[in-house]
Order: sequence, then structure tokens, then C-alpha cells
Amino acid sequence: MTTTVSTTRGGVGDSALRPDGTLKVTGEFAFSSDLYADDMLWGATLRSPHPRALIRSVDIGAALALPGVYAVLTADDVPGERRYGLEVVDQPVLAGRSVRYQGEPVAIVAADHPETARRAVARITVDYEVLAPVTDPEAALAPGAPQVHEDADDDPRAGHSEPGPDQPLGTGNLTRHVPVRRGDPAATAPVVVAGRYEIGMQDQAFLGVESGLAVPAEDGGVDLYIATQWLHVDQKQVAACLGLPADKVRLTLAGVGGAFGAREDLSMQVHASMLALRTGRPVKMVYSREESFFGHVHRHPAVLHYEHGADTDGTLVYVRARIVLDGGAYTSSTPAVVANAATLGVGPYTVPNVAIDAYGVYTNNPPCGAMRGFGAVQACFAYESQMDALAAALGMDPVELRARNALTTGGLMPTGQLVEGPAPVAELLRRVRDLPPAPAGADFLPGGVANTTRGEGVVRGVGYAIGIKNVCFSEGFDDYSTARVRLEVINGRAVALVHTAAAEVGQGLVTVQQQIARTELGVDQVTVATADTRVGSAGSSSASRQTYMTGGAVRAACRLVADRVYARAGVPEGRLRDGAVLDASGAVVASLADVVGDDPIEQTTEYRHRPTSPLDPETGQGDAHVQYAFAAHRATVDVDVELGLVKVVEIATAQDVGKAVNPQAVVGQIQGGTAQGIGLALMEEIQVVDGLVRNPSFTDYLIPTILDMPPTRVDVLELADPHSPYGLRGVGEPPTISSTPAVVAAIRAATGRPLPRVPVRPEHIVG
Amino acid sequence: MDFHAPGTLADALAVKAAHPDALPIAGGTDVMVDLNFDRRRPPALIDLTRVGELRAFGADGAHLRIGAGVPYRQIIDQLAARAPGLALAARTIGSPQIRNRGTLGGNLGSASPAGDAHPPLLAAGAVVELASVRGTRTVPAAEFFTGPKRSVLAADELVTAVLLPVAPGPQQFAKVGTRTAMVIAVCSFAVALDPVARTVGTGIGSAGPTPLRATAAHDLPLPWDTAGPLDDDLVRRFGELVAAAARPIDDVRGTAAYRRHALGVLARRTLTWAWDDYRKGRA
Amino acid sequence: MRVTCTVNGEPREADDVWPGESLLYVLRERLGLPGAKNACEQGECGSCTVYLDGTPVCACLVAAGQAQDAAIVTVEGLPAAGALDPVQQAFLETGAVQCGFCTPGLIVAVHDLLARVPHPADPEIREALAGNLCRCTGYEKIIDAVRLAASRA
Repeated sequence: MTTTVSTTRGGVGDSALRPDGTLKVTGEFAFSSDLYADDMLWGATLRSPHPRALIRSVDIGAALALPGVYAVLTADDVPGERRYGLEVVDQPVLAGRSVRYQGEPVAIVAADHPETARRAVARITVDYEVLAPVTDPEAALAPGAPQVHEDADDDPRAGHSEPGPDQPLGTGNLTRHVPVRRGDPAATAPVVVAGRYEIGMQDQAFLGVESGLAVPAEDGGVDLYIATQWLHVDQKQVAACLGLPADKVRLTLAGVGGAFGAREDLSMQVHASMLALRTGRPVKMVYSREESFFGHVHRHPAVLHYEHGADTDGTLVYVRARIVLDGGAYTSSTPAVVANAATLGVGPYTVPNVAIDAYGVYTNNPPCGAMRGFGAVQACFAYESQMDALAAALGMDPVELRARNALTTGGLMPTGQLVEGPAPVAELLRRVRDLPPAPAGADFLPGGVANTTRGEGVVRGVGYAIGIKNVCFSEGFDDYSTARVRLEVINGRAVALVHTAAAEVGQGLVTVQQQIARTELGVDQVTVATADTRVGSAGSSSASRQTYMTGGAVRAACRLVADRVYARAGVPEGRLRDGAVLDASGAVVASLADVVGDDPIEQTTEYRHRPTSPLDPETGQGDAHVQYAFAAHRATVDVDVELGLVKVVEIATAQDVGKAVNPQAVVGQIQGGTAQGIGLALMEEIQVVDGLVRNPSFTDYLIPTILDMPPTRVDVLELADPHSPYGLRGVGEPPTISSTPAVVAAIRAATGRPLPRVPVRPEHIVG
Repeated sequence: MDFHAPGTLADALAVKAAHPDALPIAGGTDVMVDLNFDRRRPPALIDLTRVGELRAFGADGAHLRIGAGVPYRQIIDQLAARAPGLALAARTIGSPQIRNRGTLGGNLGSASPAGDAHPPLLAAGAVVELASVRGTRTVPAAEFFTGPKRSVLAADELVTAVLLPVAPGPQQFAKVGTRTAMVIAVCSFAVALDPVARTVGTGIGSAGPTPLRATAAHDLPLPWDTAGPLDDDLVRRFGELVAAAARPIDDVRGTAAYRRHALGVLARRTLTWAWDDYRKGRA
Repeated sequence: MRVTCTVNGEPREADDVWPGESLLYVLRERLGLPGAKNACEQGECGSCTVYLDGTPVCACLVAAGQAQDAAIVTVEGLPAAGALDPVQQAFLETGAVQCGFCTPGLIVAVHDLLARVPHPADPEIREALAGNLCRCTGYEKIIDAVRLAASRA
């Protein structure tokens, strides 16, 4: 176990303040939609109104003729590869012969004003042959179903980035099938509960819409200032589509207004670059909120059939499940989502007999991909609902049932993987249970200020849930991050410069990088350079991995720098603290500034977590994940059982974070992640009918307001992981996973309704 | 697109007469959404925020006259005693920022079936004042709406005011939304008791092509004389009449069946609260 | 058309304004003040909250011409004499800022709340900020920030 005691102010373990905080509170922080360049044009996108159609022709003449329009481009103008994709190259830059979802980009425009660009878009005429969309994932899997990708030249190819499976992907509308088999797949048990559960399509709903600025460069390349989660995977895809070498496509991270998975895939990156290269002028694109709903992937809607068998004492005997995830029109991260749902499908429990099949499916619904907790969120709602149903069937306390079956250190996952690190499943549950109950009464009743009740019909309920999530990339993927650290003397003081390509998306990674450099190098002043592609890849700000991976890379680079300091100072077993070089006994040998002098020390290194293995394609066995993270929630709700309105009164949560590198930021992640889980439980759903999105706006896609969020009690455990930097554990996703089933369990407790679907709507409660 | 900024009502009416296609804008809470989302491109905007006459409110004979340009914030802060149902409704509209800007006239002009201000106007028997260079006319609020986002407003007319009978009795308003704040109504309901006329005014929102009244409940036989507690059957009957008067549809915000059910609940509860207030007033 | 107004105490002027533009667009794209944010442009998120003649409004819902002769204060105008406003300082210290996109609008809304109600109770805070969406924080630390700023007033 690695324990680092911070002796440097603002180091690891301190709640250091964000370096970008002042700019953010004064409004000076430059988000990707705030960028400006002299002579800049505005880009706009024509999107398909149909979920499935053939394109007979596109007439851009009238658009080009509009004064103030500088370029109108279609699929034929894509200079390089016409398709891109994270794991599978199957998504067109601009639709060519066919469109596969409503909102698919068909043409792009550059003009002198956003309104000119919009008017030009409206003048483009597309002749569509409209086809019946494939919208039901189960039907899409049936033999003879119409194929979403039927064009001969549409054969998907391996993509650019993610933990793509080594085995061949599915065929037809099946994007991936992951089976997990453990023990006896036909095991029987005296107590059986079965259920069908359904998850609606959630949206990340970040506040900063897709936007960026592409600037044509003199070398024929492009400089792209963009909000993304992974600069290098964008760079690879953009370069390929532009037909340019990677070094001519330079990306710089602009301010990111939230991500949550929605910025893993490309949105306007290639489009703005194409327009900039064509016009020779900088081009800015900013989606509207409505367009944003069509501009990124969403959380996979899912239908999950589960059967749990247990002994009469509550010991789980088997879990069998069939999980169907609707991936929509393009692959995006679907293979990883399917793997997570399958491998984490029994939850944080020890189950001797498991038979799970998870499927990802192409349909003509909106493309789905990464969103916070991807794959684990869907499964958790189902398995935790099942655990409550089982507790009811056994007449057991739901927390004790969970604790009885809780995964522990040394336990085995259904994949056969040994859980090596701490797995405080039972402890987390008991911690939230043993907190004092939520106070009686509440500031707001269900309905809030809308005056729907004075207490009539209001019933309180309490529910529990716990979830599990894999941290970092899995399944044998070569997962790494790169850091460059430079130690130099400025104005007589030793200072550090940290440069990575890791995307700060709000989570506080810039702060963490500073903290690590302070701790490792014993300096106060650490500057984090703007993330860009001039340094090696950091991987994605996703899968709760960046503090682990880029934190690990910064620590490794700092230690290489420190080794050179010790060599220079002639101290074999040195340490750095408070601007001084110490020897093994802790005595000050020299000032760091004197040792560095006018010869800066710079090191660049890559950091990798220990390798993982692919899953066996038949049995789903394998050491596929590098780290597991756990969080438990207790939700207390007031339900107006006559109107079906719910007010969450209090959330109590406990989570093991291994090491809280920045305790304030950790709590912020837990509270924010919990809010997104509450949103999925109660209100958040992109409603799709016949492939058409019915609510692409913040008027009808509702996310929680401050009145919807209850006070939270956050209990942070720090049980060090033996393998990770500082013992830390990924933090971002677990709170989103278990909050949803906990809230629904509380509503069930108040109402007695089965509530097999989220979001729970008022009509489900009164129905 | 042209932009007109008349400073007086006379100028505003003249501009509207000359440019009947021009779109009036006050708080902008509907109009600007349509412009920002490229749903609407009127040839001109007429800014009504500089027309002082529209910002006035006060007693007007037996009525309370509220200028079309009075923002909700002011209705909440200054008119809660005289227009309690409307003030309750105003408090549920949008967000504080929206209530600072949005106006009663704008709500009427947009004529959305979900407009939160409409049910209390119907329940209270309000009258809408419309003006043009041709003159001024008044229309009962219940007859103002002709369909979703349609009203009797002529192309050259502006909504200038709402005339509310001074509340003779308790009023209530309640709204169901799928979020605790800043939400469009799934359905809403307003009730206004008139102990003088011994009638029950009602307004139903977001459950039909226009705001509706439950006219069959108008003469509900409440125990006005005794001011005794309401009989459960009577309250239930009221809920049924309100639910039956609704003409809801299924949409993204809720199902028709739920709306009908919820309206019955809201009707029972708000009637009970209003009646309790009436009894307290008599005690 | 031309729009002239006072922004953060300075007379400002924008030319060639298309009348369909919002005050938000004018501030961000014509006057170089991107502090007010463009998250929804339908009045449903509060990220563009500014003071218009002393009243907090969504700048996305104000037509450019409606701002003629008005006095506008944006988040950029709140710091006095180079020091952060106490509300800004409190957001910074409490961890109320994550991605920061909602922050400018929230800071104006909180600034207005504390000017009207110097020591708001929690329910007042929640009702006053119900028009400002935040997707990162779950709002707890925003409430902490309001309490902290109020305690220092």
C-alpha cells in the first residue's frame, strides 16, 4: 500500500483550489464557444429530418448563391476517409447515399453570420427516398430484419481508439454480443425472482454545447480549438477524414463545458476543418441546444430480463440475464458498453452460477455511446431492482440480503477475475444504512412551489442500492497516458510546468496535476500547460480513468525529473520537499533552485496500468478489468401517491475512493454524479418515436434543478488500491450508477408499485 | 427583419396596423425562443417594453386592470392580495429570470394551451382587452382562445390589458410538472369561489387545445349558507366534473389518462383549500 | 441596425446588428464579453443571466433592440477595483465551480439574491436559483457558496 503524506501545501490530499477557478468565476475562461478570430466565418449543418432514407440528390445551388455564403460542402467534398468511428469506422462525415438517423449531417455551410449560414442551410434541397426505420432492437436482431448498414461499401472496419474487442464484431444489426458463463448455467434454486426492466435514453446534457474554431494553417494543415474528451483520438480521425498527416492537424483543448461521455465521438471537428480548409478562413461552429441533442451520442436505452435464484437463507445461487442495448445508427462505444453490462451484470455480488448475454444492436434510433457509468448504469438498475424483489420474496432486509452476498477482496467476478483490491461492499451498505434517518418533514413537498399538495397523499419511502464500475480501459487495450514535466528556475524559485493532452472537462484534473507535481517535486508553483497534441496521448477523460492514468503519468514524469535532480545533487536516495533537496536522512542538502540552476530538467514519459486480458468470446472469462469501484446510496423520498410526484428528501452515499487526491473535488464528483442518477430515475429521457426525437430541448428534456436536488450526506472511504498511484480509485462514475436504483427503490417502498422502468413518470406511480 | 420600438400605445397600434405581419415582443420569453431556434422569421418585431401604458395596473371600476406588459414578478409581489389565483400561477411560471421579464400579455398573445396564467383568468372570469387603431374591444378570457396557439386577436390588434373582477372569494391554483421547478405544466387547475354569486369558477390548463372551464361545476351546490365542511361526495363530484371537462392528449409531457386523473386530484384539493379559506373568512 | 447601451458602466455601441439577434449574441460576439453563456438559448438554463436595468434576466431572451439605452451588467462587471466580488470568491473557495459553464449566470443570480435577501434560508436559496441549471455539481456546493458569501456580508 502506497501512502503519501503531503507536506507541501496544495499537494496530494489537500483540497487545493482550481487553477482555472478565478477565470471561471469572472467569465474570462475561454470555452470552445467563446473563441474568436479575425475574419472568422460561421459554420452550420444541414441534418436529415428522416431516421432512414436514401439520398437521391443534394442541390446546393441556391445556398451557394446567397450573399455572404463562402462554402457549401457535401459528402463528395470530404477530402480523405469518408467515415470515422471510435471502435468501428462506420459513421459518415457527411451522409452519402443514405441517412441512418434523424439529425445525421448531410451538408455544411460557412457564411459571414450565423443567420446567413442558417438561411443557406434552409436553401439546400435534398431529395430523399424515405424508408421505414428499424427502431425496435429486438426486431432488428430477428432473422430477415432490414439491415441498418446494408451498403456494400459500408463494411465496418476497426476504429481508432477504445478497448475494442479483439474478436470479430457481430454481423448484420448485431454490433456485439458478450456472453458471460460461470458455473452451471442451468442451476436451480428454491427461491426465484424474475423481472423485465427498461432504461430510457438519457442525455449527457452538458451545458456547453458542441463548438469549436478551425483555423487554416500556412502549411496546408489546420489548427483546431475544440472541447473534447480525447484530443489524440480526435486528431487521428480528423486527419484521416481530411486526408492529412496527423502533424498537420493540431488540436488544442478549448474550455470544456462538461462532457459526461458526450464528447468522446466527433461532432463538428471534421466539418469546421473542412470549411476552414476550403475557405481559407477561420470557421467557428456552435450548435444550438436543439442541434446538440442530435450532435452527440446518448446513453443506450436497454431492456434487461433478469432471473435470480437464491437459497432460502438468501445466498445467491444463480443469475441469468439477457440485456439488449440499443446502439442506434452507428457503433460509437457500443462494444465497450456491452462488455460492461455483461461483465458487471450481477453487480458487486458473489454468484457461483452466471449466464448473461448482452447484445448491442444497430437501429435507426439516435446513436448511443458513452455516458457516465456506461453499461454499468443499465445493469445496476436491473440487478438492484432484482435484489429488492428477492429480499421481498425471502422476507429479508434488503441491506442484509446484499451484505450476505457482497463481493469481498479475494472474491471472483463472473468473468473469473479475482478481486484483488479492497471491495468494501457490505461496509458501504451498512454505513449508509446506519446513518441517522433523514429529518422528518422537508423544505419542499412533492410538486415544489407548484402548490399541488399540503401533505395530502404524501408518503415517505427509503431505498438502498450499491453499484460496481470498472475503472480505466479494459479487455487488453493498451491504455496509457503521457506527461511532460519540466523543472526550472524562474525569479530564483524552482517551478514546475506540467504538460499533458488530458482533457479537463470540469472534474478538476488540472488541479490534480498541480497537486501531484507539488507533492513529488516539493515546489509550490506548478503551471499546467494547455492540453494539446504537441505532447503524447493521455487517453480519454472517461471511464473514471484520468486521475489514475494522467495522474500516474505526471507522477512518473516527476519522479524521473526528481531522479535527475538527485543525480545532479549527488544524493542517491534523495527527496524533494519545500524547495529543497533532502538526503536519505531527511537533511537538507541543497536548495532545489540551486541544483536546477539555469539548466531546466525535463522528462516525458508514458504511464500504463497493469495489463488486462480480452474476454473469452464463448464464456466471457478473463481478467478484463484493471480496477473496480463501488458506491452505495440510501435515498429518502416523499411521494405524492395520488399525483405520482416525487421529491427526493435526502441522499446518503458512501464510496471508496482509495485515496482522495482532492477531497473537495471528490465530494463534488459524488454529488454531481448522484444528481445525474436522480435525473435518470425521475425525469431524464430522450423520447424517440419511430426514430424521431420528440423533445430535443431543455423545455422538454428535463434535468434536475436545485429544487429537485436534496441535501446529500457523503461518506468517503479511503482504502488504498495496491496497484494505483497513491492507492486512488476512479471516482466519477460510481455515484451515477447506484443513485438511480436507490431512488426507485425508495419510491417502490412508498407506493408498492413495481416500477420496472426509468425514468419513473407520474403515470407509472398512479397508473 | 425590421425592429420597431414605439414609445406610446398609439404609436404601437399604428405600427401594428401598418405592419400586421410584425411580431410583438415584450418579455421575449416565447418570441426569442422561436427566433433563436429558427422556428420563426417574422418580417419585423415590435418591441412593447417601451410602451408605458402597458406597464400600468390598478383599480378600474369593479375590476383590477393589469396592463399586458406587467411582468409576473410584479404580479407576485404586488397583486397577490387582489389577484390571488393569478399570483399563485405566476409563481410557478418558468424561473425567476423568466418571471422578471415575462408578461401576462405575452402569455395571452402566445395562446399556448399550457400557458400558466390562463386557468386563473378563466376561473376568475377575466376579460381580455384588445386594441387597434380601429378601437378597443374586450373579450371574455374563456372566449379568447380558439385553438393551440390561436386566439381571436386580429392581425392589427395588440393585447393591452386584462380586467379581473376583484376577487370576491378565495382562489387557488395548482400545477403538475415532472420537475420541481422551471417546468411546463403537464396540467394545471385554477378555482375561484364567488360567495356572492355562489358559483365556482374553474380553469383547466394544458389539457386541451385551449385552456378550458369545467362549466358543469359552475353551480356546484356548496354549503354556502352554513359554511360547513364539504361533503366527501361533493368534493369527489367536483373532481369528476373537472376531469370530464378536460380534453387532454398524449404528448411528451404526459398521457391523456394521467392528465385527466391528476386534474381530478388537483380539483379536489384546491376546492378543499379554497373552501377552508372561505370558512375561515366567515368564522 | 445600431444598438447603444451601457455595459458594465461603459457606453457601448454595436453596428450592423440583425434585429433577430439576442442581447446575448451582441454581448458575446459583438462586444467581446463572452462571460454570459449560451447553453440553451431558450431561457431554460440561466447561464446567460445578466442584469438589465438592475433586474436579472436571460440575455438570450432579450432582443438586441430591446437593450437600446439600457444599463447592462454582466459577470465581467462584478469585480470591483480588481478584487473578486464576494460571491465570486465564495464560488471559488467552496468548490462550486466545476466545468464553469453555469457559473457566470449563477454568480449574477446569487449576487442579485444577496442584494435583496442578505441572509437567505436554504429554501429561499433554492427557489431563487431554480432557473440556473448546473450539470456538474449537484448544486450542494453552490448552496455552500451562497451561505459563505452571505456569512461574509
